[in-house]
Amino acid sequence: MKFPKKPDEIYFFGTCLIDMFYPDAGISAIQLIQKEQVKVIYPQEQTCCGQPAFNSGYRQEAQTVALQQIKLFPKKIPIVVPSSSCGAMMKHHYLDLFEDHWALESIKDFSERIIEFSQFLVHVLKIKMEDLGEPVELTWHAPCHALREMQIREEPKQLLQQLKNVKLIELEREHECCGFGGTFSIKFPEISKAMLSDKIDDISKTGASCVLSGDCGCLMNIEGGLKFQKKTMVGKHLASFLWERSNGKS
Amino acid sequence: MENPNQNLSSPKEKFVKGFQKSLNDPQLRKNFRNASFALKSMRQTAFPDEAAFKELQELGHRIKMKALKNLGPLLRQLEQKCQEKGIQVHWAESTDEANQIVLEICQRNNAASVIKGKSMVTEEMHLNHFLEQHKIEAIETDLGEYIIQLDHETPSHIIAPAIHKDKKQIAQLFNDKIEGAGYTEVYEELNAIARKSLRKKFYKADVGITGVNFAIAETGTICLVENEGNGRMCSTLPPVHIAVMGMEKVIPTLEELPPLLTLLARSATGQPISTYFNMINSPRKEGEKDGPKEVHLVILDNRRSQIYQDEHLQKTLLCIRCGACLNHCPVYSRIGGHAYNQVYPGPIGKILAPQMNGLESTGGVHNASSLCGACGEVCPVKIPIPEILLRLRYEGVNKSRSSKVHEHGTQQNFKESMAWKFWEKIHASPVLYKTNSGLGNLLNSVMPKNAGPLKNWSEFREVPQFAAKSLHQLAREKGVADE
Ligand code: SF4
Repeated sequence: MKFPKKPDEIYFFGTCLIDMFYPDAGISAIQLIQKEQVKVIYPQEQTCCGQPAFNSGYRQEAQTVALQQIKLFPKKIPIVVPSSSCGAMMKHHYLDLFEDHWALESIKDFSERIIEFSQFLVHVLKIKMEDLGEPVELTWHAPCHALREMQIREEPKQLLQQLKNVKLIELEREHECCGFGGTFSIKFPEISKAMLSDKIDDISKTGASCVLSGDCGCLMNIEGGLKFQKKTMVGKHLASFLWERSNGKS
Repeated sequence: MENPNQNLSSPKEKFVKGFQKSLNDPQLRKNFRNASFALKSMRQTAFPDEAAFKELQELGHRIKMKALKNLGPLLRQLEQKCQEKGIQVHWAESTDEANQIVLEICQRNNAASVIKGKSMVTEEMHLNHFLEQHKIEAIETDLGEYIIQLDHETPSHIIAPAIHKDKKQIAQLFNDKIEGAGYTEVYEELNAIARKSLRKKFYKADVGITGVNFAIAETGTICLVENEGNGRMCSTLPPVHIAVMGMEKVIPTLEELPPLLTLLARSATGQPISTYFNMINSPRKEGEKDGPKEVHLVILDNRRSQIYQDEHLQKTLLCIRCGACLNHCPVYSRIGGHAYNQVYPGPIGKILAPQMNGLESTGGVHNASSLCGACGEVCPVKIPIPEILLRLRYEGVNKSRSSKVHEHGTQQNFKESMAWKFWEKIHASPVLYKTNSGLGNLLNSVMPKNAGPLKNWSEFREVPQFAAKSLHQLAREKGVADE
């Protein structure tokens, strides 16, 4: 994969889930990037990448919403997205969504500039962080779209390995879906539940106190399940965790 | 007109009932989870190097794509070559036609009993049932198929049809259904019981029926991949052999075979190559001591040519039926094969069945996916299964007459369309969106947790709370540039 050189400024696309449910992850990501002397631009008119409608077959509706986003990011600078799923939507599925659209060329330009947050930190910023936190054991749930659409493999772990007091316990079946799948979790609750229960069992078995992920869909699902089962373990977005641990120092 | 069947449960209801039943059956769930772990790890061992796999996968994709692009001429060449060598070729547009062709061959040969090698395409035709209606006994000879036939079931997996049963269940079944078998859980003994009871059938069968894994156009060769030797028996012992294939099985030359064979065997069971590989080139020739006197090749369409017309959807036809997508599917491995109510279950079934039998008639199986992408990742011929699922979801609500997908537009319902229109309005308007997300705190308290979509969510998950301040607000407060 090709990554751009460290830019002076970037756009940040926060995603609707982060905006409404995990703003802390968004602002943490922004601050981590700012600390590396890169200017962050957050267009206030942004809403959602359109994935929910697209995944449900409502392409017309997804197109309208997608076009509304695309026009907000005109400068030829990277667009950092703290979610592999929304990132994949904009990087890959837009090309499908707009296959026959007259503006396909400019959409391609937009899509090419999409870069997921952990990849941006590792490959573009080449960030070095110092760990300020207490010793902690945690585990990592690999979001499906990170693995299979954004080709994110080791980046999140490479970031965590920089933190000396963090012990990463490998999750068994780390690559297996947690059962979220957007509207799937609501349309097929029983199947989703079966998948989530197995995931929670695997997470519990690690004995870690925190499970991290890079996608707020997975996180909402896993956290919801953990809380429902009254587990003490918490779920967190990678960006929140990294900012918390290295805040102020690098 | 009134539908006389409307009181029977709809395909969707049947599907829902099916997977609920599986999910509530701990034994079944254990069987599937264990079996899919085993098959997954076998495949993993066969492809230790991801980069090497990707290369081979790309090659497999290219070979099958090329064959597909040239499908018409290749099929004609196959027909011609087969005929030159004495293999009789028959074309069937529908499964009814294919059944009729098979029946006529059987009747012409006064067949009372037929032995069968494992074949999914004959499952598509419901051939066994059809032959039995015409007083012809059809006996499955693949061990897995034999087991499920004893229990009057259909395959729950495309390569391991009895995967839903564990050893104990099979032992009990043999004890109950095979005279003199007794109860044993020893694999070798179970095998021996099946073998003994099948031997007799092999000798007295009048016709052998098998599927086809690959058909070589240049040489007119029918290739059959199997592990038990029963395929060879079916295609050599009886005086008549009928091979049935879907029209997408043809490839140009023998040269394309080795990579595909490697991909198939490794993806299916982790074997470097299958135990048996049969290449059938002609009926018994003058002076030869064995082999069938007649060999027939039935080429079935069954809506494949319709699928073929769409340049994206036609990739469905690349499939070499290895079953890897089933083993890696988090949904299949939870609900099992029967729950889908389709001949082809799992990811390949979710894209194939709706296109063959209709988006509505297959109960919306294409919606039952979290789109995790595990299937597309392991598929040896790189079928973009998730993309095809997405496309079918679109076709489900696409009422345009230009759509060629069977039963397109039938999934659209007023409530859902309105919901997405509403969603579009909000998310296409920054002002509306801001007002809406600014209401988070209020929504936290007024959203009903036990009704609407949240009910399904909250049955086993806490409902997420809207944050006190949105990222839009936080970014503004922290002075993040808005340009
Ligand atoms: S779709 Fe791919 S993985 Fe699934 S059975 Fe066909 S070839 Fe195998």
